[in-house]
Amino acid sequence: MEAGRYRKMKKGIEALGLQVLDHVSCVGNGVRMVLSAFVYLPYCIKARKEVLRQLILCGQKSFGVTSTVALFTGMILALQSGLLLKAYGQEMRVGFIVAQTMFREMGPFMTALILAASVGSSMAALIGTMKVSQEISALEVMSIDPVKFLVTPRLMAMMIMCPVLTCYTDLLGILGGGFVAYTQLDVSWSNYFENVRFMLNEKELYVGTFKAWVFAVIIVGISCYQGFVTQNGAVGVGLATKRSVVTNFLVVLVVGYIITRLFYQ
Amino acid sequence: MITFSHVTKSFRNQRVLDDLSFHVEKGETFMIVGPSGTGKSVTLSHIIGLIQPDSGEITVNGMTLNNLKKEELRALRQKVGMLFQGGALLNWMNIFDNVALPLRESTNMPEKEIREKVRSVLDILGLEAAAGKMPSEISGGMMKRAGLARALITEPAIMLYDEPTSGLDPVMSRRIDSLIGEMKLKFAMTSVVVTHDLVSALNVGDKIALLSGGRVLECAPPGEFLESRNPVVRSFIDSQFSIKKEFAKAISER
Ligand SMILES: Nc1ncnc2c1ncn2[C@@H]1O[C@H](COP(=O)(O)OP(=O)(O)OP(=O)(O)O)[C@@H](O)[C@H]1O
Ligand SMILES: [Mg+2]
Repeated sequence: MEAGRYRKMKKGIEALGLQVLDHVSCVGNGVRMVLSAFVYLPYCIKARKEVLRQLILCGQKSFGVTSTVALFTGMILALQSGLLLKAYGQEMRVGFIVAQTMFREMGPFMTALILAASVGSSMAALIGTMKVSQEISALEVMSIDPVKFLVTPRLMAMMIMCPVLTCYTDLLGILGGGFVAYTQLDVSWSNYFENVRFMLNEKELYVGTFKAWVFAVIIVGISCYQGFVTQNGAVGVGLATKRSVVTNFLVVLVVGYIITRLFYQ
Repeated sequence: MITFSHVTKSFRNQRVLDDLSFHVEKGETFMIVGPSGTGKSVTLSHIIGLIQPDSGEITVNGMTLNNLKKEELRALRQKVGMLFQGGALLNWMNIFDNVALPLRESTNMPEKEIREKVRSVLDILGLEAAAGKMPSEISGGMMKRAGLARALITEPAIMLYDEPTSGLDPVMSRRIDSLIGEMKLKFAMTSVVVTHDLVSALNVGDKIALLSGGRVLECAPPGEFLESRNPVVRSFIDSQFSIKKEFAKAISER
């Protein structure tokens, strides 16, 4: 009885240990993939057409959703904080809060989530499909490095597009917030934007852009990696897509917190 | 040119290649036949270094494939071309760009020369009209031929074919057969062909090997292969020809 329980426990711990090792080696391989994609970045000059195609795809796939989400995020922020501020008679400060939250947190975060769900998932699906239909092997046989050929142009495109879209999200969110401030809180546009401008400084801009940049690398890394480790045909592709989205969400959330923590003590 | 000696390979608990040994001479067309799932594709993947054996030794063109370095692998792959079972074309490029891909990515050949070369290969394979089409817009047979064009464009010394005729109509199958024969005559190419199609094997093969249970059960020139007394070989041959026999019988009884 005791021995049985002991054995069970041992087995459980072993399984857990193996799983942890598995995850660790996963992360290691993923990081190695991203690093070699960075090493190949000069290849983008030769593959500029492909980079351009990825840029367009990236924008197309996420523009509509980004716009909607950005606008409403700003509106919700303004409404929530505005009502609270109004209780203290401070509603004219709403622009300050909306701008700060958008630039530091919500802009990069929302953009990254949308990119992960729309662009990242399709990267995982595409590379996963290529893996199970032997196209990745075919590239290897032709001595074309799949990481250089597939990941590097996507990384480049995402590192350009993510900061750009983040800026767009920030601006649209602030506009949405202004609209709510004007219509519901009786704060004038000029007052609102004065507060926004008061808040904006270099640090906010570069921390936001830096975040967007890190998120871009995370999304491409995780999505492509999940694509490359796909197994078991079409079912595997579905699984890889799901995993890429879930992992992206978690990592973006945690890393977002860490970056804010590092820059704003 | 290609030698397998005592190669074993397992995936998880499943032993796919079990003490596999065979030898392919330079310029020979070596056919591998056998039931589905016996490791024919896995064998081909070993030859080009996509899979490493668990034990045993493989030499290709004088190179031992165990623990190859990156540059050595590259050198090997420049000499070896492979046609994949499904064609393995990239679906966001048209046929022309797919075929041009190996030249554009791994050589410094000028674009004009690349275009000429791609055109001539597409011509040989009867794909001129499909050059501008996407892979999703062409038939399975054309996909195979496009995959073949992509493999041949770098003029490899060794060609590996994974089921070049499966899913094709008999006329097209015979055309692919004669193409494999032509490659051999024109470029003294060594070919390893995996196939289900015994007719094709008998047509173009210099030697036919029957793979079953992860090892070679019979390896002989076509004439001898047909005469083999090995029961597994017999049943494989009979399964391919019995339909014709039964059909002939049915006709004669009418
Ligand atoms: N990468 C892999 N991981 C795990 N198992 C594999 C892998 N590749 C092949 N196998 C297994 O090895 C066995 C042989 O596969 P292989 O593709 O070589 O068969 P085959 O002889 O080419 O069959 P077919 O005629 O259907 O193409 C199969 O049972 C397959 O499940
Ligand atoms: Mg096969």
